Amino acid sequence: MTVIELQRASKSEQGQGGAGDVPQIRSKNLNLFYGDFQALHDISLDVPKNQVTALIGPSGCGKSTFLRTLNRMNDLISGVSITGEVLIGGQNIYDKTVDVVELRKKIGMVFQKPNPFPMSIYDNIAYGPRAHGLKKKSRIMEIVERSLRQAALWDEVKDRLHSSAMGLSGGQQQRLCIARVLAVEPEIVLMDEPTSALDPLATLKVEELVTELKKMYTIVIVTHNMQQAARISDRTAFFLNGKIVEADETAKIFTNPKHKQTNDYISGRFG
Amino acid sequence: MSKVNRNQNIAFAFFSALGILTVCILLLIIAYIFVQGITKISFDFLFSNPRKMGAEGGIFPAIVGTIYLVLTTMIIAAPIGVGAAIYLNEYTSRGRITDMIRFATEALAGIPSIVFGLFGFAFFVILLKPITGGWSILSASLTGVTMVLPTIVRTAEEALKAVPDSLREGSLALGTTKWQTIKGLILPAAMPGIITGIILSIGRVIGETAAFLLTLGGSLLIPQSLFDGSRTLSLHLYMVAMETGAMDVAFGTASVLIILILLINFAASWFFRRLIKRFS
Ligand SMILES: Nc1ncnc2c1ncn2[C@@H]1O[C@H](COP(=O)(O)OP(=O)(O)O)[C@@H](O)[C@H]1O
Ligand SMILES: [Mg+2]
Repeated sequence: MTVIELQRASKSEQGQGGAGDVPQIRSKNLNLFYGDFQALHDISLDVPKNQVTALIGPSGCGKSTFLRTLNRMNDLISGVSITGEVLIGGQNIYDKTVDVVELRKKIGMVFQKPNPFPMSIYDNIAYGPRAHGLKKKSRIMEIVERSLRQAALWDEVKDRLHSSAMGLSGGQQQRLCIARVLAVEPEIVLMDEPTSALDPLATLKVEELVTELKKMYTIVIVTHNMQQAARISDRTAFFLNGKIVEADETAKIFTNPKHKQTNDYISGRFG
Repeated sequence: MSKVNRNQNIAFAFFSALGILTVCILLLIIAYIFVQGITKISFDFLFSNPRKMGAEGGIFPAIVGTIYLVLTTMIIAAPIGVGAAIYLNEYTSRGRITDMIRFATEALAGIPSIVFGLFGFAFFVILLKPITGGWSILSASLTGVTMVLPTIVRTAEEALKAVPDSLREGSLALGTTKWQTIKGLILPAAMPGIITGIILSIGRVIGETAAFLLTLGGSLLIPQSLFDGSRTLSLHLYMVAMETGAMDVAFGTASVLIILILLINFAASWFFRRLIKRFS
C-alpha cells in the first residue's frame, strides 16, 4: 500500500477532487449497520492526498461512524455489519486478506477526548514503535523528538520527558496523542473532533498543527465547529442522517452550496 | 433548636459513639495481645526451633512454613486468577458462559473455609496422596488456591474494568495487536489493583487455620520440600494454645501475626491509592 501502488491503482479511476488529484481514500457505496439500525447510507467519498478533508454535520449524523470505518475501528463493536467498499491505495480494506493491524499502522487516529496512556511522555510516544519491534534506544529517542517536534510539543515537554503524561494540560495531552500517532509514521491521520474538549487557545494550536501536518499526511477531520472546517480544510463533506448531502471544496461549500440543507446547516439554521 | 435538628444531633452522637466504640474494641484487642506477647518476640523466638511441642523455644518452622505456603499458593493462584480475569474482561463479551463463571466465583467466595478444608482433605490429601504426599505444603497450597482464586479473579477483573476503553482504542488504533495492548498497556495500568487483590489473598492464607488444619498436617520440623507437612503461624498459634496451654508462646506468635497482617494491609492500601491516582 505504498504511494506508488496507490497511484498506479487509482490511475484508471476518475477522482472527484480537483483536476489531477489522486484520491488516497475512496469509499464506494458504503452502508453500515449497528444491528438493525442503519447508520450510514450509501456513502461515496474521495479523499485526496495531502489535503485536509472535513466531515461536518449535526450530532448523530454518522461522522464518527464513517471515520471509524476508514481504519476499521468499528470491527471492535459487536453487531456491526458493513457493505460496500473502502479503497485505500486501490485496495479494499474490507477484503478478507487485509491485515487490520498493518492497516492501522498506516492510518492513525486521534480521538475526541485526549487519551494519553498512564505512563511517561516518552513512553507514550515510544509505545507504537516499540510494539512494532523497534528496540534500539537511540532510534527511539530520535522518533520521540521528531514526533514531539512535529506535534509542536517538544519545547514544552523536553525537560520532563520522563514524567507522567497525565500531568499535562488537556491541550498538551491532545498534541501528545497526535505525536503518538505520528511516531508510527502513518500515511493518513483521522481526527474525531480533536478540539472539542479543548479551550480556544489549545484549539488554535491544534488547528495550526493540522495545517502544518497536511504537507506530509492526508488528514480527515470530524468537526462540530463550522468555522473550524472553514479555517483548516481543503474539502468538506456535509453529512445528514447517515447520508452525504454534499461534498466539495470547502470554499464552495461555504460560499455557494448546491443543496438547501447544506446552506441551512452552514448558516446555523439547524444542528 | 427544632425537633428535626435535635434528632439529627442525637443520631450523629449515637453513630459517632458506635464508630468510636468499634475502633476502641479493635485497639483493645491489639493492645491486649501486644502487652501479652510483644516482650516474647526476640531474635531467638523468631529464629530457633520449638521445644516441647512448641510450648518452649522459637517459632522458626512456622515462619518457614507460612512463607512456603504463601509463595506456593500465590505462584499457582495469581497466574490462573489474573489469566481468568483477562479472559473474562478482555476476550469475551458478556454472555451466558461469563455470567456463569462470575456467579461461580462469587458463590465460591462465600463458602466457609472449613468446607474448602474438607474438600482439600478428601481430594488432595487422601485421593491424590501419591502425587501430593498426603498432608503437605502442596496439598495445603492447592486448597489455598481454591480459596483465594475468587478474590484474585474478582479484584483483577475490577482493576481491568477500571482501565478506560479509550486507552484500548488508542492502542489498537496505533496498529498493535490485542495481546500487545493487554501486555503493554492494560496489564501495567491495572497492576496496582491486581497486586492489591494478591496481597489481600496473602493475608487470607496467613490468617487461615481451619482449611490448613485438615491439609497441612502440623509438623514442627522445617519443611524440606513441597511434599512435607508443616504448620503456619496461625496453625501454630492454635495448636500451641490448645495442646500445650503455653499462652506466652501463643501471644508471642499472635503478635508476630498481627504485625505481619498490618504490614500487608498497609502495602495493599498503598497500591490501591496508586491505582486511584493513576486515573484521576
Ligand atoms: N456503538 C453503537 N451502537 C449502536 N448505535 C450507534 C453506535 N455508535 C453510534 N451509533 C448511532 O449511529 C448514529 C451515528 O453516530 P455517530 O457516528 O457517533 O454520529 P456523529 O459522530 O456524527 O455525532 C447515531 O444515531 C448513533 O446513535
Ligand atoms: Mg462523533
